[in-house]
Amino acid sequence: MTERIPALRLENIVKTFPGVRALNGVSFEVMPGEVHALLGENGAGKSTLMKVLGGVHQPDEGRIYVEESPAVMTNPLEAKSQGVVFIHQELSLAEEMTAAENIYLGELPRKSFGRVDWPRLRADAGAILDRLNCGFGPDQIVGELSIAKQQMVEIARALTVDAKAVIFDEPTASLTDAEKEVLFDVIRDLRTQGVGIVYISHRMEEIFRISDRISVLRDGTYRGTLITEETDEEAVTKLMIGRSLDLSRHVPEGALGGVALEVQGLSCGHLFEDVSFKVHAGEVVGFYGLVGAGRTEIAETLFGLRSPSAGQILLNGEPVSIHSPVDAISHGISLVPESRKEQGLVLGMNCRDNMTLPQVDDLTAGPFVSEGAEIAVFDQYRDRLQIKTPSWRQQVKNLSGGNQQKIVIGKWLSMRPDVLIVDEPTRGVDVGSKSEIHNLIRELAGQGYAVIVISSEMPEVLHVSDRVVAMYHGRITRTFTAAEVNEDNLVQAISGLGGGQVA
Amino acid sequence: MENINLRKFLKRGAIWGFIVLELIFFTVAGHFLSLSEVSFLDPENMLLLLKQSAPIGIIALGMTIVMINGNIDLSVGATFALAGVVMLDSMSWAVFAGLGDWVIPVAWMIALATGAFLGLINGMIVWKTGVDAFIVTLGAMLGFRGLVFMFNGEQPTFHLNWTMVDIAESSFFGLELPAIVLLLCTLVLWLVMNRTVHGRNAYAVGDNREAAVNAGIKVGPHMVWNFVLIGFLAALSAVVFYSASGSVNPNDGMLYELWVITAVVLGGTKLTGGSGSIINTLGGVIAIQILRKGLGHIGADTETVNLVIGTILIAVLFLDRQLNRRGQEELKV
Repeated sequence: MTERIPALRLENIVKTFPGVRALNGVSFEVMPGEVHALLGENGAGKSTLMKVLGGVHQPDEGRIYVEESPAVMTNPLEAKSQGVVFIHQELSLAEEMTAAENIYLGELPRKSFGRVDWPRLRADAGAILDRLNCGFGPDQIVGELSIAKQQMVEIARALTVDAKAVIFDEPTASLTDAEKEVLFDVIRDLRTQGVGIVYISHRMEEIFRISDRISVLRDGTYRGTLITEETDEEAVTKLMIGRSLDLSRHVPEGALGGVALEVQGLSCGHLFEDVSFKVHAGEVVGFYGLVGAGRTEIAETLFGLRSPSAGQILLNGEPVSIHSPVDAISHGISLVPESRKEQGLVLGMNCRDNMTLPQVDDLTAGPFVSEGAEIAVFDQYRDRLQIKTPSWRQQVKNLSGGNQQKIVIGKWLSMRPDVLIVDEPTRGVDVGSKSEIHNLIRELAGQGYAVIVISSEMPEVLHVSDRVVAMYHGRITRTFTAAEVNEDNLVQAISGLGGGQVA
Repeated sequence: MENINLRKFLKRGAIWGFIVLELIFFTVAGHFLSLSEVSFLDPENMLLLLKQSAPIGIIALGMTIVMINGNIDLSVGATFALAGVVMLDSMSWAVFAGLGDWVIPVAWMIALATGAFLGLINGMIVWKTGVDAFIVTLGAMLGFRGLVFMFNGEQPTFHLNWTMVDIAESSFFGLELPAIVLLLCTLVLWLVMNRTVHGRNAYAVGDNREAAVNAGIKVGPHMVWNFVLIGFLAALSAVVFYSASGSVNPNDGMLYELWVITAVVLGGTKLTGGSGSIINTLGGVIAIQILRKGLGHIGADTETVNLVIGTILIAVLFLDRQLNRRGQEELKV
């Protein structure tokens, strides 16, 4: 028996950030010619692990071995030179430059006097793009490509070196099915060449299709490795969540109010097309779909951040036109945005000022802002939402994710909306606060708000929604009631696989 | 598709189309309004125009690279003046007394080295402190100007060397030296930006800095080189200009930074970095110079010139924004 050498091995990696133990003794290995899937919920530590591997963070403890020789990574390029290549979910491309230049960014082939060897660059990049069946040439300006094709450029980068291990971080998040097939071919191709592949993804179906082994992370700890052929989705899920899914669906209670918001045939260019749905007062409607399916864009259109190209929006039965957030707010629509730190909060301001930001115009005493009225608003929502902060003077950036999110929600509740849209309400929020926010959303619906929840986390959508709208490629594929939805039909609906009647 | 190509063409060739428009306008208007009998398009007038573009133009080429890089350099005017002072002052230093006319190249070298060194200071501060280039070079602008005044107070610095004036005013193939230097710099820097790894990296850093870092480009040293380059070019501009005039007023080069940036932006370089072209910057420089000369030609006064240039700059940027909009799908912010 000859022991095979792992292409890449991590041993007892520990990484702490102030207040958080992001990785706690994680070990992980990938053999040459193996596809090893890495699974975990958001915040389980996958991305931190990858950052440690790429040298973006240095581990506090533990070691990295490339083909059993200890390696210290200080930056992604060094990792690449040692044969460890990353393909990120977020694109990291220079959009004004050509595909060829992007593929060889940082290592353009040179001639004398630092001149770029254009013929070689073009030929090499062209060969890689051909291998990927990309359908565009090396001279293509990257910014003009679709997101999926930009992703192919990103993948092409991995093929410029003699890779020992390639890490795919959610590579299919924005790919179409056809493009996915090409990607899987590339992965198989790499595998037969003896490259070890780490495949990070949320999508069970993909993982079961291409992986050999599956390792699971939860809350920064390693939970175990399963051999794909000998396991099933349920076992993996259990390992991932630590319990069988809390599928305590919300039981619809009592009668719903009238239709608060109705959308008919709404389109915005190619971002989403012909979208129609209704939200009743007292109801939570969950929007579920892949990144890029158009969910956030619908929310942005309802909130007046984008101009629809067709269709109409009706509030309480009246058609309204919404051209700006000011219109939306005056019509009683509020949006808790996807990224609270960038879009929802002024991090350097205190809690009170953040909460009263949209209505500070009205809280005045003579020419001055009325401090008392502001504090009164803050106190009211602090108590109602149980925001934990020492005082209103606390700067928002010092609060935990969950409390920050509550401040944003409180901010919009204080505007007394009829329709509340929450986009990814629990992103970056710890597990405890998550369920608090879920309860809060349910409570709000109980008080008669019409609530739209956009989420990429299936358990969340299933848990809080009265109805679930599934989206695929800018279209609504199906609308489920809480009673009929389950993981299988939901996954089918958001992957654009037929099945079920179209709503 | 045609629409896209048309837009591309408009964006790339706009500045040259604008220059042609200007030339036609001033030739026709000049025919009726100008007191002089000479046509605006007279070759001598055109050559003079190119020569007069040189001081701003040479610096603007460097500014293009710094701005493509996503930075800005506000200290170029002060660097220009300081390099001029150092050049003229050094010619009378006792150490060089025995050199005769050989002091000229030595003084040039010292001036160029001064410019490059000032650029190095800017670059190192930007790199090592991470402070925004706008602030760093704003400080440098004041600081370098202070140094200029420390040399001779309010007095101009002068040193007349007729050999140097002869060299500075020499001409080849009908082009005077400043114009030749401008064109040569354009050629060299065009090659740098389009044919070398350094030039392509400059685009990458300005376009997506994180991507550049991820790709292992050493962003800090890279930017330092570009600041050294622009310092060097500001000094080169001073060498060309003061070799002919022989006298530096301590207020010389004031507002140069703004003229330079105007020319670069008019040439289509993005303030946010990542996009721009050396050749189009030359176009921007020439367009401004034609405006100044042309308005003078038809009898407008200097104040009008500035008003017109300011208006045109804003109009151009507005047009650029319209051409770059993504239509209805765009997120309103």
